[in-house]
Amino acid sequence: MVSVVATHGSASRAEAPPLGGAASPALDLSGVSQAFALDGRPLPVLEDVSLSAAPGEFVALLGPSGCGKSTLLRLVAGLDLPVAGDVLVRGKAVTGPDPSRILVFQDPTLFPWRTVFDNVALGLEAQGRLRRDRGQVDEALALVGLGEFAGAYPHQLSGGMAQRVSLARALVNDPDLLLLDEPLGKLDSLTRIAMQAELVKLWQESGFTALLVTHDVEEALILAQRVIVFSDRPARIQAEIRNDLPYPRHRDHPRIVELRREVLTLLGLGES
Amino acid sequence: MSTIALQNETTAPAEDRIRWRPIYAALLAGGIWLALSALAARLPDAAEFGYTNEFAIVAGLIGVALAIGSIGGDRTGPLAARLRSWSPWLILLGSFLFVWELATAKRLWLPMPFFPPPQAIAEVFVDDYARLFDSVWHSAFLLAGGYLIGAAVGFVSGVAIGWSKAVGYWAHPILRFIGPLPATAWLPLAFFIFPTSWSASTFLVALATGFPVTVLTWSGIAGVNKAYYDVARTLGASNRFLILKVAIPAALPHVFVGLFMGLGGSFAVLVVAEMLGVKSGLGWYLQWAQGWAAYANMYAALLVMAIACSGLITLLFRIRDWLLSWQKGLVQW
Repeated sequence: MVSVVATHGSASRAEAPPLGGAASPALDLSGVSQAFALDGRPLPVLEDVSLSAAPGEFVALLGPSGCGKSTLLRLVAGLDLPVAGDVLVRGKAVTGPDPSRILVFQDPTLFPWRTVFDNVALGLEAQGRLRRDRGQVDEALALVGLGEFAGAYPHQLSGGMAQRVSLARALVNDPDLLLLDEPLGKLDSLTRIAMQAELVKLWQESGFTALLVTHDVEEALILAQRVIVFSDRPARIQAEIRNDLPYPRHRDHPRIVELRREVLTLLGLGES
Repeated sequence: MSTIALQNETTAPAEDRIRWRPIYAALLAGGIWLALSALAARLPDAAEFGYTNEFAIVAGLIGVALAIGSIGGDRTGPLAARLRSWSPWLILLGSFLFVWELATAKRLWLPMPFFPPPQAIAEVFVDDYARLFDSVWHSAFLLAGGYLIGAAVGFVSGVAIGWSKAVGYWAHPILRFIGPLPATAWLPLAFFIFPTSWSASTFLVALATGFPVTVLTWSGIAGVNKAYYDVARTLGASNRFLILKVAIPAALPHVFVGLFMGLGGSFAVLVVAEMLGVKSGLGWYLQWAQGWAAYANMYAALLVMAIACSGLITLLFRIRDWLLSWQKGLVQW
């Protein structure tokens, strides 16, 4: 099913990302630290993290559960501010949320009182341009294959459909930067594989920079051009792995199998 | 969809058999209502009661209608389905009226005037409808004013307390201290502070409504899933959007619990206020009827009150079902 993608003419983009070549990277973190207060004591979750992403690049952040990867996404989204370091998006410091950087959560968090259409329209409505750009909502729904469900309520959807709606809700804003916080984490394995292919397709068609947080090694290798491996809390960058395989990628490809072993060893799971 | 189609398929052959089979329960109900009619008409009253014949005629007509409905016509139509589902209640109601009629008008087993026969209550509706209607009108007017003010103030203050820490800081202690006080306790104070008994009663009804609406709106707003705000903020939502389009819709199920509680409380306060201060309304009518030992009037007023309160609760349920149609598994009223 993914082979269809090749006909969309954007496959070349996926092969040679202009890493660091652009004047201002899509995303640039330098020396970022973050800590929370837990029972009155500071709990460091991120320590001196520096990374950057080129425009249109697909980067995966891989690490053990609860190591602070999601915290990093919240910083990039502007939902929280770091205690130290700089978060720059296109050369500008992030001071708050902005519809050009959209976070897709592990839970679809659709608003249950809104229909699928109205959920997807949320961003346009909040920015006061729904009346003008109504057609974009239908386009986004068609993009994720849910055009027929525009009038349905979230409780009528399956988990995979709900997550598609939440992707459409993000994509309708045409974001520069899509922040994916384990978006497929709660789906069953079959839906998950199908959605990984869809995600690649959406990325290739829309041209956004993608930052994916996951703790699934295979998912990171199938989707991303660069996999950044984090240590346990407080999260520090442990290694960075480039993966130049063309899309669509197959999970049994020898290179994927080799990289998987490499990453698992980095995470201390080489034996299993 | 498919289940309906399936049902039609399976019932299709059975339809012919059902079509001419009488609805036995409705037949029994008809018999009971006819017996009630015969009892009222044939057995002489043990004391002087008006409208006994009219009562017998109405009961007889209902009995005949039920009997015809149970035998004649199409047994598969929607009317027959309704008749089938109501029959047990019609049996019970007919039996209850039969025993009541026997125990009061015919045998005087129950002491007069505390337990008037059914026709005496019907008589009130025929003879005193003007005063009853006037009472209903005054009660409705008072209740509507007080309830709407209380619900609006409660809703707005609940949202404010739930949203703003500063408002919560000042409002929370006041609410905790004064809120649990029953609204009726304010009655003596209200009647000398307010210029008219009507404005005093409106205030009391508003107070009784406002407290539960405030508390539940507040808890609804406070309990909104924080992820909803994160989602809306990353999509470019302003504070105003977060309140109007995220917090309030998410809190609405709680708000309705408060509105239901407030409605129940407002009924109680309304009746007490009318009994003690206001010179009109159903509460006043009850008091007045008791003063004249007109117990039939009292029962009639209670009946009207029950219908009115139940009607209002039903109306509120309808509004809720309409506004919260997105929710799964709503309680059906």
